[in-house]
Amino acid sequence: MDLLEYQGKSLFARIGVPVPEGKVATTPDEARDAARELGGTVVVKAQVQVGGRGKAGGIKVAANPDEAYERAGEILGMDIKGHTVHRVWIEKASKIKAEYYASFTLDRSAKKHLGMISARGGVDIEQVAVTEPEAVVKVHIDPVIGLPNWLATEMAYRAKLDPEAARGAIGLLKKLYQAFVEFDCDLVEVNPMILTEDGQVIALDSKVALDENGFFRHKDFPEFAKEHVIPPVERMAKERGLNFIKLDGDVGIIGNGAGLVMSTLDVVSLVGGKAANFLDVGGGAGADTITNALEVLMQDPSVKTVLINIFGGITRGDLVAQGVLEAFQNLDLPWPIVVRLDGTNATEGREILRKVQSEKLIPAATMREAAEKAVQLAGGEVA
Amino acid sequence: MAILIDENTKVVVQGLTGKEGQFHALRNRAYGTKVVAGTRPGKGGEQVEGIPIFDTVAQAVEATGANTSLIFVPPPFAADAVMEAAAAGVDVIVCITEGIPAQDEAKVYNYLKETTPDTVLIGPNCPGLISPGKSNVGIMPDSITTPGPIGVVSRSGTLTYQAVHELTTHGLGQTTCIGIGGDPVPGTTFIDVLARFQNDPETKGIVMIGEIGGDAEERAAEFIKEHVTKPVVSYIAGVTAPEGKKMGHAGAIISGSKGTAAAKMEALRAAGVTVLDDPTAIGEAMKGLLEG
Repeated sequence: MDLLEYQGKSLFARIGVPVPEGKVATTPDEARDAARELGGTVVVKAQVQVGGRGKAGGIKVAANPDEAYERAGEILGMDIKGHTVHRVWIEKASKIKAEYYASFTLDRSAKKHLGMISARGGVDIEQVAVTEPEAVVKVHIDPVIGLPNWLATEMAYRAKLDPEAARGAIGLLKKLYQAFVEFDCDLVEVNPMILTEDGQVIALDSKVALDENGFFRHKDFPEFAKEHVIPPVERMAKERGLNFIKLDGDVGIIGNGAGLVMSTLDVVSLVGGKAANFLDVGGGAGADTITNALEVLMQDPSVKTVLINIFGGITRGDLVAQGVLEAFQNLDLPWPIVVRLDGTNATEGREILRKVQSEKLIPAATMREAAEKAVQLAGGEVA
Repeated sequence: MAILIDENTKVVVQGLTGKEGQFHALRNRAYGTKVVAGTRPGKGGEQVEGIPIFDTVAQAVEATGANTSLIFVPPPFAADAVMEAAAAGVDVIVCITEGIPAQDEAKVYNYLKETTPDTVLIGPNCPGLISPGKSNVGIMPDSITTPGPIGVVSRSGTLTYQAVHELTTHGLGQTTCIGIGGDPVPGTTFIDVLARFQNDPETKGIVMIGEIGGDAEERAAEFIKEHVTKPVVSYIAGVTAPEGKKMGHAGAIISGSKGTAAAKMEALRAAGVTVLDDPTAIGEAMKGLLEG
């Protein structure tokens, strides 16, 4: 889950990563009040889950509360790369002496944590890494040991930060790494990490991606999603524990296992169609899961036909078939459903499917045949 | 010969007293796998369908000689279960559990490398492995497999079944089929398994199923170019996956230009691998290569 800037900063503050003082506002009036409470010059920042806010005009300085009201009025409702701004973060303006970059993530190739720091902050770090690779310092961290003091120190010095920033940067790095581990993050990034004119090193921005598998340790984290803009269909799928991604075609897809579902999308494309979604019911899906999944797809008007592709392992074909049977009995299904069942208890499953008294149920023997039938039923031509 | 598990494999199931653990452990036993023990702290001395339960893996290993652990415990306890199995001295740990935090996986991976480097961890978030006719450790449907000369390795569970099914229907049996799992930090990589298949005299051909995200397939391609002389057929899922969206598996995400199916397919083709764009063509393609 990608957090908004102010959500990330709230986590930083919890653990002691220094951040500027600020407040959230959803209306210009709230922005004025926030600016008044903070005092002095403030920065009004659009809160969207996408980069490039500054260039799009989503970050503006306000010298007093009335200006904050004006700037918030301009930014709220703005569209930034398809993301509507519903919230602004009003933050005390910092006097910036230098801008740096710092991040921690997992290096999947090395299977260790990767720390990155650069004296070149506030810019696209991936670009810097290409044009001036020596300007980005990368270190591997053993997850068993964590980030030792000496390595944080080495990061700061190797990056050649301004000498007066070293102590503050080392402290920030250690806290940032602590946040990365303790909050089960996939990524924590501070760009820019700044040196202020009075010698403080603080996180002026935050980019935090949380690992949802870690939520059992952080009962309050799911709350963050309440302030994210999520399409209703995706929200519904999520609430039902289904792995769903909206795509732009018209063949609805339900399958078990991420690989098989991805592959089903590819085969639909290969035979000339386009998938309307990715929907993985996961391992061990029961009859309810299938009904749930079909109900989610019923919310999507672009779906013209549905392809259910199940290869049973931990998932049992008979239970899936039972779900399809119940869906035909209980739901007013608006489209034909092509079903392909194989694997654990598939024979029993096919037996159950024979009980479905509807022309809208179309069995298929293979994945390719299922894809072809689904594409045809969606009105497409099979390649 | 099979790799990693065979008729001498003795399995201790961590989480045998749970619903899924019991269902699949009994299926494994019905297939002929020697399921010799289960563990559940506080239930030592009890039995599940004749399988003795121990409080710890160490006790189970000592009493039964178990050399392989199969893990079904829930995500909050799974990382701990892997370390317990490693400390108890089993050779192979198969972790089926899905949903383990990446931070836990990274820690466990490195802990194993540092403390018990010879222990093989398959998974987590994987279907396990089967050496047809000898042993099934995990949740793979054994009815689609048959003994024969092909080694199968895959990041995806259900796609493994799809591939195996295609092989079997084309008369090609398997030495061993392994699902290494779709998480960001798998205990075993393609390269580890490819090396074992290359060294196994009975394996005549290899099927490798990859998916978007990471660079495991690209690294496997380099390894194949240098070290694998047997024919390899490959399929990569996620050609039509959009950038920046996690396709179910925590590991399956395209970030920037990295991790795309196209890049992986190109790397594999350059290494001499037969790369298919349709998973249902795997059996036919492998047949052609072996007869060719």
